[in-house]
Amino acid sequence: MANSWRRERWDSLRLLTPNWLSRLPGQDYDGPDPDGYMTTGEVVDFIERFALASRAPVRTGTEVTSVRPADGGYHVATSQGDLLCRGLVLASGACNLPVVPELSAGVPAAVTQVTPLDYRGPGELPDGGVLVVGGSATGVQLAAELRRSGRPVTLALGEHVRLPRLYRKRDVLWWMDASGVWDQRYDEIDDLNRARRLPSPQLVGTPERSTLDLNALTELGVELVGRLAMVRDGVALFSGGLRNVCSLADLKMRRLLATFDEWARAGGREDEVGPPEEFPPTVVPAAPRLSLDLRRGEIGSIVWATGYRPDYRWLDVPVLDEKGRLRHEGGVVDAPGLVALGLPMLRRRRSTFINGIEDDARAVIDHLVR
Amino acid sequence: MTTVDNGVNVQALLDAREALKGAPEAAQFTWKATAKWENGVHSTATIKNFFGLGAEQSHKQETVFTADHPEVFAAEDHGITPIEYLLVGLASCLTAGVASVAQNRGIQLRSVESTVEGNHDIRGILGADSDVRNGFNDVKVTFNIDADASKEEIEALVAQSQKRSAVYDALTNPTSVTVEVA
Ligand SMILES: Cc1cc2nc3c(=O)[nH]c(=O)nc-3n(C[C@H](O)[C@H](O)[C@H](O)COP(=O)(O)OP(=O)(O)OC[C@H]3O[C@@H](n4cnc5c(N)ncnc54)[C@H](O)[C@@H]3O)c2cc1C
Repeated sequence: MANSWRRERWDSLRLLTPNWLSRLPGQDYDGPDPDGYMTTGEVVDFIERFALASRAPVRTGTEVTSVRPADGGYHVATSQGDLLCRGLVLASGACNLPVVPELSAGVPAAVTQVTPLDYRGPGELPDGGVLVVGGSATGVQLAAELRRSGRPVTLALGEHVRLPRLYRKRDVLWWMDASGVWDQRYDEIDDLNRARRLPSPQLVGTPERSTLDLNALTELGVELVGRLAMVRDGVALFSGGLRNVCSLADLKMRRLLATFDEWARAGGREDEVGPPEEFPPTVVPAAPRLSLDLRRGEIGSIVWATGYRPDYRWLDVPVLDEKGRLRHEGGVVDAPGLVALGLPMLRRRRSTFINGIEDDARAVIDHLVR
Repeated sequence: MTTVDNGVNVQALLDAREALKGAPEAAQFTWKATAKWENGVHSTATIKNFFGLGAEQSHKQETVFTADHPEVFAAEDHGITPIEYLLVGLASCLTAGVASVAQNRGIQLRSVESTVEGNHDIRGILGADSDVRNGFNDVKVTFNIDADASKEEIEALVAQSQKRSAVYDALTNPTSVTVEVA
């Protein structure tokens, strides 16, 4: 139970969603710090409490090894015997496997490569500099932690989502929730494919509620470079487009914050929040480094913070697209009695988060019993 | 011994190399194009001046390049597509390199022809698949060279021309690009 939070997260991780938002159906956070962020241990406790209260018949330690269509339903093979069922909910998670770009094959053998699913803390990496690839929540959090441990850190990043932790004295996710951004439905969004692939925002949950944007990383001494484009003869080459991806993220953040301002003004909620705030543009190095020789020993390890994907190798039902993604309409899969939960933007923007499960589960289960 | 003449003044280039060793400031050049939108995806770019050897310089004449997209892109095809200009640049740079190196190595050229092909998956620029890059997937250059030299010598010419090519470098290595609104 709560396997992903027990075994697949690094030691220092806290949720980036505040406690009051980390809600499961019928179970709100009732601890002393609603504005804080749970540690992974606290998430495990929170899920265990839910399991106890809901008395769902969970078979722990049971791995599903295959699911295939059978007469009027599905045949499910597990490590603890087989099952037959009429309806099936795919809730196996969106982040079972790390996405590692093919160019990693060109990294010299002397450089240790890790993914966030096996990374636990800075102490496990060999001495020397670290190249963190990827500027989403995982990438910025690991870059900051590794830099604070005293290592030289280079962060290679492409398009990313910049957000301040607090805006006008409120958690930025309070704004997302209250202003209705998180309620945007999958069938209202222009480019759903893009929205589902949007990288996670540059946020971290800390007791100080501090912002972890690129300027904060630069201040810590992390070196920013462009997207890792290629490894050639042991040399990593970075895109020269760093400035543009930073401008894009600045523009998008400002546009989002302006919609929050507009929402607060139009809804007469100015009194609940602080005065409008402006954030300085991302400071991009004057001449960002374009290459890094991985053979010189300067870089001891690479952290691939390049995203996660689900693992459907056990799913013997033809419901995946050409890229191996599950084809579904708001969680309804194109196979009788088959539905999905827990995928990014499954039905709404909030579906990506623990908070989204309540509405999604209700809608999807409604469909299943109909 | 017959004198080799490919029309390249190698002595001047070698002299410049020596002179600039002691004067790196003079070696700083800025190439410059100005572009203007015409209509649709049709634009013109003009090149006349550049900076180098510590001073403003000019080409003998101004050149205007027309860029557009073909009719299969629902455009009017007033000129070649911008990415085709990269092929023009690469082909002419490598060809100039072959001639210069051949001159320097005492190889008489009779003809140098090349075909440059850039493979391009346009789903990238159309935003149809975010895993597809916008630029070329790869570029292939095929040289046909007739010269007083062995096959190995010709291959060495072509290899050396890549080694010293500005456009080959610009295409194969990243360059920091800043785009601003004035
Ligand atoms: C690094 C990281 C940080 C995150 N931070 C936050 C956050 O701050 N706030 C937030 O709201 N969300 C966060 N998320 C998203 C978070 O994972 C989800 O919100 C939540 O955990 C999803 O729960 P889930 O049950 O759908 O998926 P998971 O937690 O992934 O659980 C799926 C379970 O299915 C099991 N499983 C998979 N395949 C099989 C099989 N074949 N047989 C048997 N069992 C199987 C897995 O072992 C796992 O236990 C984060 C995700 C990651 C990766």
